[in-house]
Parts: sequence; C-alpha cells; structure tokens
Amino acid sequence: MSTSSLVLTQAQARPLTLRLHGWVTTVDHKRLGILYILYALVFLLAGGVEATIMRVQLIRPHNDFVSPQVFNRMFTMHGTTMIFFVAMPLVFGFANYLVPLMIGARDMAFPRLNAFSFWMTALGGLFLYFSFLGGDGLYGAGGAPDVGWFAYAPLTAKTFSVGHSTDFWTLSLFSSGIGSIGTAINLIATILCMRCPGMTLGKMPLFVWLNLVMAGLVIPTISPLSAAQLMLLVDRYLGGHFFDTQAGGSAVIWMHFFWIFGHPEVYVLVLPAFAFASEIIPVFSRKAIFGYPVMVVATVAIGFISMSVWAHHMFTVGMSAGANTFFVLSTMAIAVPTGIKIFNWLATMWGGKIRYATPMLFCVGFLFQFLIAGLTGVMLAAAPFDWQLANSYFVVAHFHYVIVGAILFCIFGAFYYWCPKVTGKMLDEMLGKLHFWLFFIGFHLTFDFMHIPGILGMPRRIYTYEPGRGWDVWNLIVSIGVIFQAAGVLVFVGNLIWSCFRGKRAGNDPWDAWTLEWSTSSPPPEYNYAVLPIARSRRPLWDLKHPEDPDWRYE
Amino acid sequence: MSPTNIFAPVSTPAESIVGLSIFVLATTAVVFVVVFGLLAYVVIKFRSRPLDGQREPPQVYGSTQVEMAWTVIPVLIVIALFLASSRVLASIQNAKAPAGALEVIVTGHQYWWEYRYPSLNIVTANELHVPVGVSTFITLLSADTDHSFWVPRLGGKTDLIPNHPNRTWIDPRETGLFLGQCAQYCGTQHAKMLLRVYVDTRQDFDRWVREQQRPAQNGTSAGQRIFESTACINCHTISGTAAAGKFGPDLTHLMTRETIAAGAAPNTREMLHLWISNPDAVKPGSKMPAMGLNDRDVDAITDYLETLR
Amino acid sequence: MSAHSVAWGENASDWRLPPRGRVGMWCLIGAESGIFTIFVVAYLFYTGKSTTGPQPGDVLHAPIFYTICLLASSVTIHLAVRGIAANRMASFGRWWVATILLGATFLLGTAREWIHLIFDEGLTISTNLFGTTYYSLVGLHAFHVTMGLLALSIVAAFYFSGWLRREHADRLEILSMYWHFVDAVWVVVFTVVYVIGLSR
Repeated sequence: MSTSSLVLTQAQARPLTLRLHGWVTTVDHKRLGILYILYALVFLLAGGVEATIMRVQLIRPHNDFVSPQVFNRMFTMHGTTMIFFVAMPLVFGFANYLVPLMIGARDMAFPRLNAFSFWMTALGGLFLYFSFLGGDGLYGAGGAPDVGWFAYAPLTAKTFSVGHSTDFWTLSLFSSGIGSIGTAINLIATILCMRCPGMTLGKMPLFVWLNLVMAGLVIPTISPLSAAQLMLLVDRYLGGHFFDTQAGGSAVIWMHFFWIFGHPEVYVLVLPAFAFASEIIPVFSRKAIFGYPVMVVATVAIGFISMSVWAHHMFTVGMSAGANTFFVLSTMAIAVPTGIKIFNWLATMWGGKIRYATPMLFCVGFLFQFLIAGLTGVMLAAAPFDWQLANSYFVVAHFHYVIVGAILFCIFGAFYYWCPKVTGKMLDEMLGKLHFWLFFIGFHLTFDFMHIPGILGMPRRIYTYEPGRGWDVWNLIVSIGVIFQAAGVLVFVGNLIWSCFRGKRAGNDPWDAWTLEWSTSSPPPEYNYAVLPIARSRRPLWDLKHPEDPDWRYE
Repeated sequence: MSPTNIFAPVSTPAESIVGLSIFVLATTAVVFVVVFGLLAYVVIKFRSRPLDGQREPPQVYGSTQVEMAWTVIPVLIVIALFLASSRVLASIQNAKAPAGALEVIVTGHQYWWEYRYPSLNIVTANELHVPVGVSTFITLLSADTDHSFWVPRLGGKTDLIPNHPNRTWIDPRETGLFLGQCAQYCGTQHAKMLLRVYVDTRQDFDRWVREQQRPAQNGTSAGQRIFESTACINCHTISGTAAAGKFGPDLTHLMTRETIAAGAAPNTREMLHLWISNPDAVKPGSKMPAMGLNDRDVDAITDYLETLR
Repeated sequence: MSAHSVAWGENASDWRLPPRGRVGMWCLIGAESGIFTIFVVAYLFYTGKSTTGPQPGDVLHAPIFYTICLLASSVTIHLAVRGIAANRMASFGRWWVATILLGATFLLGTAREWIHLIFDEGLTISTNLFGTTYYSLVGLHAFHVTMGLLALSIVAAFYFSGWLRREHADRLEILSMYWHFVDAVWVVVFTVVYVIGLSR
C-alpha cells in the first residue's frame, strides 16, 4: 500500500456503519485475530470480576458477601469463562494473526471457515452470559450454571440441576467447540499447505510448529467434550441414561470423557504460550533458539503424551491400583520433554545480550513461574500425595500458577511484542513495566500463599469455611493479592487504549527481530505480501541483516 | 496448629503419604534450586550492557551432549519418583482388613453423612466414632451425587460415587476429635458437609456403641405426637417409633452428638429450635425444609428431641 | 510503504505442498472420528449392563441388505468422481444419483428398524442403557448420512441445472472423502452393535 493511497483513505474516512460492517463481515485473518483478542479481553474482565467476588467472600470465615448459590455460580462461570472465552480466543487470535504472516502466506487456508469459527465461539460466550438473565430469571436467582466448570455427573442430571442453567453450560461450550475445531482445521491446512517457497517444515518458526501441534491436539481433544455434551443433552431431554446411576449408568465415565478433553486442553493453552516464549526469548537475548530440532520433537512428544495422562484428575475416584500406577507414570513422563524446553530456553539466554524490555520481563516471569508450576505438578502426579492434595486449594494454586503464571504472562509478553506490528504503535514501556511489577506482586501474593490452605486441608469450591482450621490469614493474603493483579490489568488495558492513539510509531521492525512478519509494514497491508517471500533459513531477516554470517550456512 | 494439616498424620495411610511427600518435596526442591540458580545466573550475567555496542553475541544453535544430559537426568528422577509413588500406592490401596478390623459403611447424602456399623447394628449420622489403635475399614457409597471423604490427619481422600462403591481405611493411633469435610463439590451446601471423627479409647468406644444400640426412649410427649404426625417421619428415622424415613439423618440418639446439620451448628436447644423453624438461617440450600410449624409446636418438638439420648 | 519481497533468488517453481482441501477434510474426519469414538466406547462399556428392558439379543437383527446398499454407495460415488474427472458427465450423473438412492435406502432401512424397535419391541432411548447407547450411536451416524445426502443432493441440483464442470472434480472428490468416512463409520458401528454387542 503506497503512502499516497493511505492519505487518500484517511481523507475520505468511511462512515462508521460501513467500517463496522467491514469488521462484522471480515474474512481477513488479521481482523479476525483482532476480534478474537478484543473479545477475550472483555471476558477477561468479566472473569476477573467473578474471581474478585469469590475472593471477597473468602476473605474471612463465615463471610456473607454473597450467598452460597451465587458463589457456586461464580466459580463455575469464572472457570468456564477463563478457559473457553479468554484463554482459547487469545490463543486462536494470536495464531490467526501471526501464522500466515510468519509462513509468508496471504491468509488462512479457509477464510470463510475462519470467520464462521470466530462467530460460533463468540456466540458461545454470549449465550453463556445470557444465562444470568435467562433460566430462572433475574430475581435473586438467575440461571447461570453452578455445577463447576467440569460439570460432574450426576450433579448435572435433571433431578439435581433443575431448570436450564446446566444447559447454558452445555450448549455454549458445544457452540464454541465447533468454532475451536474449525480454527484447528484451518491452522493445520494453512501450515501444511500454504508455506512460502523454501520454508520446509524444518525451517518454519517454532511459533508455527507449536501452533501446528496445538491445532493437531485440538482435534482429538474437543471432540470428546462435544460427544459428552451430546450425551448429557440426551440424558436431560430425551430421558437417556448415559450418566444415570439409578439405571446402571456411570458417573465415572463422565469423568473419563471430560478429562480426556480436559487434560489435553491445558496443553492446547500452554503450547501457544511456549510459542510466544520461543519467539520473544531469542530476540531479546540476541541469539537463535537453542536446539530447534529438539524443541520440535519435545513439542510433538508433549502432544502425544498429553493424551495419555487424563486420569490423574481422578486419582481419588477409586480406580484400580494398576490404573492409578499407569497414570502416575504417564504424568511424570510428560515432565521430561517439558523440562527439556525450559533448559533450551535457558540455553538460548546463555551467552546472550539480554535486553529487559517489557516482553522479556514477562517471559522471565514465565520461566520462573512455569518451573514452580511444573514442580507442583510433579507433586500432584505422585498419586498418594494427590490423595491429600486433590480437590484442595493446592490444586487451585497449581493450575493458576500454570494458567496465570505461565500462560497469561506469556500472553502479556506477546501483547507488548506484537502490538506494534498490529497497530503500528509501540505500547508505552513505562506503563508496561508498571503493569509487570503490579501483576507480578499480586500474582505471587495470591498464588504462592494459596498452596498453604490446601496443605492445611481446605477443599475447593466452598463458599465459606470454618474458623479455627488455620486457613484465615492465608485466605486474607490471597484476597489482597487480587488488588494488585486488578491494578496491573487496568494499567495494561489503559496502556492498550492510550497507545493505540498516542503511542510512538513502531515502524516495520522495532525489536530488530528475524521472522517474516517483521518484514511487512506495521500494520501489514491487507494482502500481507505483494510478492511471496522465499525462505532459505529459519531466520530470514537475520540472513538479510547479516549477509556475511547467514543462518543457512549452519542449519 | 491446624486440625486438618496433612503433615500432622496420626494414622498409617496419612503417615505413608507424608513419608512419600517428603521424598517428593526434597527431590523437587533440589531441582528447583538448580534450575532457579541457572535462571538467576543467566538473567544477571548475560544482560546487555551499554558498552556492548551493536555486535550480536555468538550464535549457538544447539549441542547434542547437553541435550542428552538434561534428558537423561530428568528421566532418572522420574523413575525414582515413580517407583516410590507406586510402592506407597500399593501399600495403601491393596491393604486387606486384618482380623478385628471395624467395618463401617459411609453413605454420602446432600449434605450429610450416614454411618452404618453392620456388625454392631448401629445407624447414626455426621459424627463418626472409631476405637483407637484398631483398623477401621470404610465402604463408601452415595445416595445422590459425588462426595469425598477427607479427614487429612487420618488419610487421603476417597470419593463417594453413586453406583461405584469405594473402600478406604484408617488406623488412628491417638485419641481425639479429627476434623475434615466433603471434598467433592456436591451442590449448594457442599461447604458445610463437615466431618467429625471421634477416636475413642476402647472403653469410651464400647460405651458409645451401647448407647447407640439402645432403642429410643419412648414416650407420648406432645413433641413426639407432633413429630409423628407431620412430614418429619418421611425423612427421619427414630427407631422404635413410626418415624422410618431414610432421606435425612437418623435421629434416634441425636443428643449424643455435639453438632447438628453435619457440623454446621452446635447441638444446643437454641440451634435445634432455629434449625427446625428456619433451616435456611443455618444452612441455606440444605435439603431440610422449613416445616411451617408455629413456635409452640417447634418448642414441643425440640423438647422431644432433647430426650433422644 | 511497500512490503518488499524478502527473496533469495531460489528457484520457487518446484515448491509443492499438499492440497488444502484434502488436508482440511482429513482434519474434519479426524474430529468426527473423535466424537464417534466416544459414543462407541460408551456403547461397548454399557453392553450387558442394562438392568431392565429389552436386551440386544432379543430385538436386534443385523441389517445386512441396507448395509450392502450403503457400502455399495461408496463404490458408486467413486465411479461418479472418476467419471467427472474424465469429463464423462453422463456417467457422473448416473453414478451420483445411484449414490443418493443407495444412501436414502439405507436411511429408510434405519427408519424401518427404529419403527419396529419402538412400536413392536418397546425399546426407546429412555428405556434402558441399551436403548440410550443404541439410538445415540446409530442416530449420530444416521445424522451424518443425512448431512451427506443433503450435500450430495445439492451437487445433484447443480448437475441437473448444467452448472457442473470437470474443474469441480477435485472438490467432488473431497466431498466423496466425507461419504467414504460415513461408510467406514458404519462398518465400525455395525461391528460394535450387531457383532460384538450381540456376542456378549
């Protein structure tokens, strides 16, 4: 796009209705990526409010800030929102925006499917939140689901979940599940079929590899959930007995079906976080990623092993000793490729010249916190230890350490790193550092100390607790941490909005990076590349900038 | 000191778990120190300094030996942790009831615990009594949704799942009251499905058993007549009377318990009165309905219940 | 602000990648297989566990004829696609319509079986575990056959209105992949319901 046509467009700015219509009907992967991300940010705030309500209720024993009915809806909605309408859309949004650019393509393989997938996901979230108004109605009750985000049977049967609240859970996730599968199909087809000439699978950025494995994992991961939800609908509306224990049905089989989805799902979320780290850490260390082939193999291994660990969520359910033992082994085994990745990131930083701009701060936080999260995961993998820790606040602390401490930190880093490419403006660096430190302090106040009530016997999903169990002061500290995290997120959102209008101009390549997206303008033109690039190594721009020492000599 | 601290075991399963956990914690602590040390070193030592100029550092793409090292060592750690876990797992899960073990059947309800001692012909609720120094083997059933039996100082938790009987065991070596609560979300009042396990000396336990085996004090008090003519008998059992309901706790020896509503309130006259007239004030969302009786009738029933020793 | 090409002068003309339509369809087949697998697992797990009501051995009769129809439709669709690829449009039309008729016959067979089971044997989706798992699994498959027939019929409409050309052969082959998948699923469902389920 030439400068003169840019000026012309600005002078004849189209009316608002036409511009909005353009966004609603878009099939451009960049716009859909932005829509996913904005959508997720709105739901991040909703999920944050739900968490805050819970933490206010739990700040002291026998508190009466909210009723048990409302609290139970809060933890159900918080979990469901954060996983399906914050983390997944963020992951898909970044993948949508960046994958075609990084592989030198003009769009995703199926642009219309892309749009359809986004709107199915969006519909799911809107439908889920409509439950506050629908169902039993507004007066003191509301119909939001209150069965926990994993909706164990038979609590979800018509007898125990009267009304429609469970159905909002089922149908909204079924809709977004269709969207997820559509996006996964798109990503796989795009990555396998639309790489620019020269970019063999061994030359694509690790970001693309990680998203390829993520997409491949989505397919056998979401489909069991969709199947289980169809079965639940059959039970609730057609008198079926899939999970009807009175008729000989099994409550445990719901758990198997759910966790066959639920465990790989967290790898669907974490692999893209690894993708962000694998791009940001090298650039800010000024070194190529250490051990690219090993990183690829470790990623694929994680993908496969992750499908064999699900029943570590069911160690207390009464499976045989043999079955429990198998899942101990598979769960501990997955620590090996995961650990290898941490070492490779450290080795990338080793001998580098590390610049601590905001994206890198978040990635260092990620490394520290992911290490701890992984180790508490190893503790939980030791099944007898899990018999004490399962369903307690230790587990809640562990998985928030992964999802917030590792995944969200990487996502924040990704925002600071790629926002300049998307908007053409840098995010403010001082506000970025303020965001980091506020959030870091809040995160550790909340989630470090949250392990302790778990060790002292506090189960999860309780709207209040007894005094005299030794839990009071820890819950207080955990709740206080929320203030800092909220402040950090508000600083972040403020930074996003302010920088969109007043940020420093970014130029094509503000970070002196090496992958193809940095060769386009910021923002890129609608068609991405006027002439499709030809890739000769894993870091095409390094080769351009260092013609005396190109990568393709060493790969 | 917390009464529900998993690191203060008084029973073999809880002790085996603490033993394993120390090994796991020590191993993970070593890993943490090493990796965090590396991270801290790297973050400080290799930060870019202003005098560095524009030159990029040497590009290192990988190293097979290093990759082997940090693959093999974690594999060995995993094997060690796995073997330790399997051993403890088997020792707890495969334990057989020794001769002289007490058998209890625990049935989870929304939101209370039913206890049956088949060999002693006892049915009670919410407060479990077991003798010290002896194994108690527990069968876990559910009448409705999933629950979980968790008394941290006595053992790990095991779930109560309808149509899926489970087994667990404890062998407390100290007397006292041990606390816990339901650990699997089971509905509105999951939070107040509390556990109280009384580990008694042999004499105290035998005395408690005799108390529970006695039939209810029968009489013709006004309270008993009201109790028997309202819907109370649809849910509650008082042995020896017309009340034979199974939906709610057995009340035959209600006054031998220190708490009511599965630990949600102390067993005092005032709380009993409140519980019968307005259960939502004690445990909102519990399955006990407000009976809609007038104050005088509630007084009479409370008087009657206070005779159930 | 032009996006200058980042070219290295390599020979780009021999760059070959898999066709995206095919890859996309394989992924869809993968996802659908995941859903069917869970229903098959539920069916097998619950075999013999119904506490009351009709049991499979009492009421099920293997629908051999209708199975042959459905499997034959895979052959006919293959011949149809071969026809359009070789620009033999009339041949395509005949085999395509044959596919639709065979698929519709299969659905008719399923309907007949269900009418018999519901009204003569008293087996519904709510009767017992067998009823729930049977109707769900066979019904899920029948739903996929229906969706397939809808797509095939739309193509037939295009054919009869003269819009179809040889260039569309590739897309029709991808559609036929879906149809073959539906048939392959039936082979699995048939084995699970009428062979394994009846032998337990």
